Amino acid sequence: MESSVKLKDLSVTLGGRVKALQNVTVAFPIGKTIGVIGPSGAGKTTLIRSIVGRQHITSGDISVFDLPAGSPALRRQLTYMTQELSVYSDLSVRENLKYFAVMSGQPKKQIKNLTSNLLKEVDLTDKADVLVSNLSGGQKQRASLAVALIGSPKLMVLDEPTVGLDPVLREKLWDLFTRLASEGITLIISSHSMDEANRCDDLVLIRDGKLIAHSSPDKLRSQTGTKTIEAAFLKLVGDKE
Amino acid sequence: MSPRKTLATSGRVLNQLRHDPRTLVLLFVIPSILITILRYVYQGNTAAFDHIAPMLLGIFPMVMMFLITSVVTLRERTTGTLDRLMTMPIHKLDFIVGYAIAFSVLGFLQASIAATVMLGLLHVTVLGGAVPTVIGAVFAALLGTSLGLFTSAFARSEFQAVQFMPAFIFPQLLTCGLFVARSGMAKPLQWFADVVPLTYSVDALKQVTTHTTWTGALTRDLIVVGAFALTALMLGSATIRRQE
Repeated sequence: MESSVKLKDLSVTLGGRVKALQNVTVAFPIGKTIGVIGPSGAGKTTLIRSIVGRQHITSGDISVFDLPAGSPALRRQLTYMTQELSVYSDLSVRENLKYFAVMSGQPKKQIKNLTSNLLKEVDLTDKADVLVSNLSGGQKQRASLAVALIGSPKLMVLDEPTVGLDPVLREKLWDLFTRLASEGITLIISSHSMDEANRCDDLVLIRDGKLIAHSSPDKLRSQTGTKTIEAAFLKLVGDKE
Repeated sequence: MSPRKTLATSGRVLNQLRHDPRTLVLLFVIPSILITILRYVYQGNTAAFDHIAPMLLGIFPMVMMFLITSVVTLRERTTGTLDRLMTMPIHKLDFIVGYAIAFSVLGFLQASIAATVMLGLLHVTVLGGAVPTVIGAVFAALLGTSLGLFTSAFARSEFQAVQFMPAFIFPQLLTCGLFVARSGMAKPLQWFADVVPLTYSVDALKQVTTHTTWTGALTRDLIVVGAFALTALMLGSATIRRQE
């Protein structure tokens, strides 16, 4: 099977001391939702930043669609939503979308259409001209997600896109993620919520910078003989210690 | 580099400020108010006021643009927008030059308003006229923006970014020749003033005030200020890394 992202023996040391990731080797499939799951401080964001090419890595290799992470050619194929929203709160949703559409190189003629389609996609059409700072938490997340949809990416890398959202909204977003994956987009989504792990096609569990498991949710449960991902996680961690 | 992306960035920065009318009002009105206050501080000595007021147009735009740029670019770093941009197909200069253009436009507006008040309402005599006065002020704005872009890389919080103003700008302000002529200062301070940009920004305005023609010294001053601004922009560009 072909892979979207391949990590080989990836280690990242932050600030010369903190071992954020240690010898992580894993390959992700194409056109699936891939959950990067772990408690806070596990190294999820470092892993995500490494994949999008923002993180200076200490050793190892990362390839994304067979190109080294951070290659200029990848800037047209992947989009990235950071944990900190990564939209301008003093601009309206529409202004954000227009700006990022230009920066991602969308043709001028298509920007208007693209913007209204994206607004529809994330259900923010009636909030299009509201400043992001005046939106609710969930609406902000969706505005940021809309930016990540610009330019028909092959890979979307989303760092905790559902954190702090109410369950209904979270469910809606996961429906969207699943639909996008069915259209062939690969989504790498980090979360500290074990519940959300159930919604992923493929799971990576990390803790203290180390890969604990890589499997599908079903397999993980059956292999560990547990009923929930949380229990599986605890069992795996217990076995290692 | 793409002119379209550069201008989109300028437009975006100006748009952000447009949504913040209070900042805009402060930016455009404060310099004029301060100059007006100074006029009445120098109630009994209008000659001294005529001498000092134009120099302030080499200082205000720099200080204000320095502050605003520091805070705005720091926000780009802390809110994830810079992270996002750095994973997009853009050149770093699209970002940096976009900022420089946006704040030069603001500097132009700010200087035009202040110059109108100064020349029109307060009747300050500037022998060189309004155009070179505003040009000098725009260079000061550009200088403030580029220094702000560069130094914001070293700030971890908005608190720190704001503190860089007294740290980087005040020493230049004290020695630029506004308070006493530079030739009267202690030698080491004269050397210091010779190598920092604000001196030249203030000197440019001094040239405009005291000469009816465009002098060689004015050209030199603007070249020095421009070169400092360009260098700071390049250094600022180097502090923005694709990979951190």
